[in-house]
Amino acid sequence: MEKIISDLSHHIRLNKGFFLWMGFLGLALIACLYAYIQQLRYGLGVTGMRDVVSWGLYISNFVFFVASSLIGMLISAVLGLIGMKWVHPITRIAETIAVAFAAVAGLVIVMDMGRPERLAYVFMYARFQSPILWDVTVITTYFVISFLLLLLPMIPDLAVLYKRFGNLPGWLKPVYKALSLNWCNLPEQNRIIRRSIYILLILIIPAALSIHTVTSWLFAFTTRSGWDSTIFGPYFVSGAFVAGTAAVIIAMFFFRKNYKLQDYLTDLHFNNMGKVLVLVAFVYLYFNINEYLVPGYKLKRADAVHLRELMSGQFALIFWLVQVCGLLIPIIMMLFRRMRKPLPLTIISAAVLLGAWFKRYLIVIPTMSHPFLPVQHVPENFKVYTPTLTEIAITLLSFILVLIIITLISKFFPVIPIVETANDKGLDPLKSIES
Amino acid sequence: MDENTVSNGNEQDPSKSSRRNFLKNIGLLGAGVTAGAAALYSGDIFEKKKAATGESRVLLTQDNKLVEVDSLEMKALATNPTKMMLEKGREGIPGKRWAMVIDLSKCRNARRCITACQEAHQLKPEQYHLNTLQMQDNAETAPYHMPKNCQHCDNPPCVAVCPVDATYKRGDGIVLIDNERCIGCRFCMAACPYSARIFQWTTPKDAGKHNGEAYNVELNVPQKLGTISKCLFSADRCRDEKLPYCVSACPNGVYYFGDENEDAVTNGTTKETLRLSKLLRDNGAYQLMPELGTKPRVYYLPPKNRLFPFEPSTD
Repeated sequence: MEKIISDLSHHIRLNKGFFLWMGFLGLALIACLYAYIQQLRYGLGVTGMRDVVSWGLYISNFVFFVASSLIGMLISAVLGLIGMKWVHPITRIAETIAVAFAAVAGLVIVMDMGRPERLAYVFMYARFQSPILWDVTVITTYFVISFLLLLLPMIPDLAVLYKRFGNLPGWLKPVYKALSLNWCNLPEQNRIIRRSIYILLILIIPAALSIHTVTSWLFAFTTRSGWDSTIFGPYFVSGAFVAGTAAVIIAMFFFRKNYKLQDYLTDLHFNNMGKVLVLVAFVYLYFNINEYLVPGYKLKRADAVHLRELMSGQFALIFWLVQVCGLLIPIIMMLFRRMRKPLPLTIISAAVLLGAWFKRYLIVIPTMSHPFLPVQHVPENFKVYTPTLTEIAITLLSFILVLIIITLISKFFPVIPIVETANDKGLDPLKSIES
Repeated sequence: MDENTVSNGNEQDPSKSSRRNFLKNIGLLGAGVTAGAAALYSGDIFEKKKAATGESRVLLTQDNKLVEVDSLEMKALATNPTKMMLEKGREGIPGKRWAMVIDLSKCRNARRCITACQEAHQLKPEQYHLNTLQMQDNAETAPYHMPKNCQHCDNPPCVAVCPVDATYKRGDGIVLIDNERCIGCRFCMAACPYSARIFQWTTPKDAGKHNGEAYNVELNVPQKLGTISKCLFSADRCRDEKLPYCVSACPNGVYYFGDENEDAVTNGTTKETLRLSKLLRDNGAYQLMPELGTKPRVYYLPPKNRLFPFEPSTD
């Protein structure tokens, strides 16, 4: 019992590594903030976007962020509700990733606004006919539910840590006391918390499906080739599970190694997560085939231009790298048990995650590059979109923010649920502390 | 028998009739009070009206009409001209349904329409409310030049997706943008199948020169950084009963512009006014991508019987 508590709270301390890492992130944040200040001062002209490609890196990055945040729902709700016990040590990692990506997704969309100071207008003059309003509504809802799903299951853990504080950083004590809401393991408390979590787990499923379906509608509600698709909702949702699962596997690998959690995040967990990734990647592959083969068979004029640009034109290199190295080869490799060991699976997941990011780029930019009517009498930089350094720095800014949020949550709170782990082994940590 | 009827009457009436009477009285009282109040109120209004006999003033209205107004009925308007124009610009010109006809058989790519437009709307040379595109429908058909502006759709996809009601459709058919409202999300640009919209990515042309000028929503000037701009069918000129900038600037008689309700369009070059329905019917008029269901207000006449050789544009 003692071992579980000390193993799972061992990483909660401010060591040198933490300060070095946060210092690095902080410096990078300042550099990237400077880029954003440039954009605030001179307008979106500091980016590579122009009148033809008017949505670029920011919007594709936004889609990626919303996608990655969906994993909280898959792990906690879907796998949790059908009674998969092995997901218990992974749920908090998944919720942390969900909360971090969902929170920053909102900021990413503000970074793309030409007039960020008018953000309040979205609420003051809200027109509910616009899918943007729907997106704002569902992302906020999803964020709140995910945040609660991160917080509520942590209450017993924090009570345990508060009562058996050990040598954790002293200032965390009042934080744990406040957040554990005077938990003392009463049957009534247990009943309430179990029911609340159960309700949240059910609520988060429609909320999660909504955020990515509505995000896909930002594109599918237009008539442009490449976006004008009826399967965009499920196509985006399945792609989101691929990105999120890969992100969780990478996070698991880092926590396991750096926080010495080898006994809790075992080969079994990686093996199973590998299977989940294969499953969702197969679903995504199926939607990819639909998405490209159906218009590709008919080759309507505008669709033909779009597909040619993707498969043999300007975007062919990225397209085939994403499809082959980011989806096809990973699927085949992960079919073998040996490839689902922690290290190889993490490397494969990194390729999948990178592919997932570029996939969003391929969804947004090629369609924008080829509108229905010809692009004429404009400078060359209108015709070919090239992201600028400032734009890339601002995109990096969003990733830095995600890393900061994940680092802070995982450094100040147990990454793996303590009480749940103990319960799974038939132990009751609170009882053992009191006795 | 007598007793019976009396007792019958007694049984029925006392309670019922008294309740009925009570209700009746209340009703009468209510009606009386209402009538009295109404009389007092109208009398009051009448007295106030009677009192408004200061001296009469002769004033010149915005549309150059002389009117006589009682000095006591004059009230000061909001002094914020931007706000005034924004309010006016939301309404549209009553009774009108503006439409444009572009005769492709006459377009020689003079591009004077474009310069006039860019001049009026303070646009840089690479910013187009209106652009002439070199088109060729397939390898066998002849190439032609096609002026392309905002189609002022009756079912505008751009208006549907705007989250803040910055772009809107007016009663007279014109789709406008309120640049004081636009948040710069560019969803409308993504939604427009005609690529009609532009964005002020960098500091607009001559931004310093127009500092502090009132914003005219019917002209989209001064242009604002970080907001959308596009063709407005020269809404300001429509209000002055003049032809749009591009229409008047064309040297080749390409453009017709007018009111669909009057069924009349005027050619900007020859000033000849034609029946719109007949012009469309006789010349095989068509719209751009009607299959998208956008219902454009711009009609094209096909590029047939051209009396000049096609000259490809240079860039």
